[in-house]
Amino acid sequence: MSVDTATVRKIASLARIAITEEDAARVAPELDNILHWIEQLGEVDTSGVEPMTAVIPNTLRLRDDVVTAGGIRDDLMKNAPQAEHGFFAVPKVIE
Amino acid sequence: MADLTDLGIADLRDGVRDGSFAAVEVAEAFNARVVGAKALNAFLVETPDHALTAARAADAARAAGDAPKPLAGVPIGMKDLFCTAGVQTTAASHILEGFVPPYESTVSQNLWDAGAGMLGKLNMDQFAMGSSNETSYFGNVISPWRRKDGGNAPLAPGGSSGGSSSAVAARLCPGATGTDTGGSIRQPAAFVGISGIKPTYGRCSRWGTIAFASSLDQAGPMARDVTDCAIMLEAMSGFDAKDATSLQLEVPRWEAHLSPDLKGKRVGVPKDYRVDGMPSEIEALWQQGIDWLRDAGAEIVEVSLPHTKYALPAYYIIAPAEASSNLARYDGVRYGLRDLPDGANLQDMYAATRADGFGDEVKRRILIGTYVLSAGFYDAYYTQAQKVRALIARDFEKAWEVCDVLLTPTAPSAAFALGEKSSDPIAMYLNDVFTVPSSLAGLPAMSVPGGLDKDGLPLGLQIIGKPLDEQGVLNAGLAIEERAGFLARPEAWW
Repeated sequence: MSVDTATVRKIASLARIAITEEDAARVAPELDNILHWIEQLGEVDTSGVEPMTAVIPNTLRLRDDVVTAGGIRDDLMKNAPQAEHGFFAVPKVIE
Repeated sequence: MADLTDLGIADLRDGVRDGSFAAVEVAEAFNARVVGAKALNAFLVETPDHALTAARAADAARAAGDAPKPLAGVPIGMKDLFCTAGVQTTAASHILEGFVPPYESTVSQNLWDAGAGMLGKLNMDQFAMGSSNETSYFGNVISPWRRKDGGNAPLAPGGSSGGSSSAVAARLCPGATGTDTGGSIRQPAAFVGISGIKPTYGRCSRWGTIAFASSLDQAGPMARDVTDCAIMLEAMSGFDAKDATSLQLEVPRWEAHLSPDLKGKRVGVPKDYRVDGMPSEIEALWQQGIDWLRDAGAEIVEVSLPHTKYALPAYYIIAPAEASSNLARYDGVRYGLRDLPDGANLQDMYAATRADGFGDEVKRRILIGTYVLSAGFYDAYYTQAQKVRALIARDFEKAWEVCDVLLTPTAPSAAFALGEKSSDPIAMYLNDVFTVPSSLAGLPAMSVPGGLDKDGLPLGLQIIGKPLDEQGVLNAGLAIEERAGFLARPEAWW
């Protein structure tokens, strides 16, 4: 399948990246090229192969469900583009 | 006194320990080198006071007769992917410009705990995506090396740890941190004639390291030689409860157990790494490396890793897929850039912020990742890639039945000129053809300099080891280092 500008606009929208018509037209053949290149994976016989999920066998540890690093709200909010009254502020979402 | 910036990590540590010079003199010497090398654009932030404070502590500890810390008196460079408390950390991106972490990454904290000081934050490919350091929002890093054709074309220092490689090769710091997702420590190390090791996945905590592709990202050291890498890796590694994939193992004493004697060891040479169009000089260096390891006592065996050619396409599904998920956090709400056009709603703000804040290569990978994970394509792309990844790991497991380490070239070419490959993403991706397979399998692997090509540029050899066998990798690296006698260094033009 080939990637057209409509597809690029759709995935850009899913990825929450604004894209102009011009950029979509520029990016479409690039992505098409890359996706064609990676499609060679289709020729590998993977029947009966389990997809890999962990590269090094490791057991996931559990810990007690308690706060370990609390009380640093103001520190964490220092980098917020807009913070008000200890909250992250965003454009109004409910009319 | 000799120029202290000519010394590597081991010599600096030992010299401070035995009182040959003061740690403060070391920090001042390197701080001055950093200031004098702006033309390389290797540093994004300079932190001379951090280096001096650590140095003063090292000198005071020595005066008080305290036991010396492992890296007391050694200043290093820190890749800008590691969060450093109170010091801007951007991953060389616009979207994180001005971000000052309130916390310290585990790897950098480990280094400070070991007594090291920081000379500054090193430039890199944006979000570690790139092989030439041309994707940084803050400009290209220039390699200190030049071709001897007199053309003075600015060369790529490799990537993504290009600030690290350039800075170590130009003697702006004796060692630097790097991170490696598909070759980002090894390829830049090879391009500038230094050593660098990516340890087994899980050795170094990923906590506080800005995430690119979490199942692949590993930190590691870049330094002038194998011993220096061993010293630095010991300080960086260790179990960390804050990283769910951190390995709960003691850190081996790699430096103490270094040995170039490879008697009884078997070195595998994967025939599948002979790619079309590989320059004859790289072929010749590879053969030279084989001869060196045989001379060190190793037995050479040919092995096959039949799925090698599928490693890169699998990587370019898995890494962008993970990146598209990891980078979803940059939304203009909690930190970093916010672009809020007039009258924009929340969704518009996300889209505008991300369009403005990410560079072209980062966007390209987010789009690829979003595409391969989208409904209807997930199995054909992502699941298939994870299956191929299992087959690639299985290839290595079979190889370990007949050999202890593998020897390959690090990269398919010497450093190229800036701009030479940046218009063709796939040509750029092919740089990592030899480094990506071991990344997909989570294996320890390192690059050591082997020699120079006809243009006078460094070429590297790669050693890949079994899981957790960094020692075997370092030892084979040392055996090559001793025989290669690589002393070439770039002439200072900057």
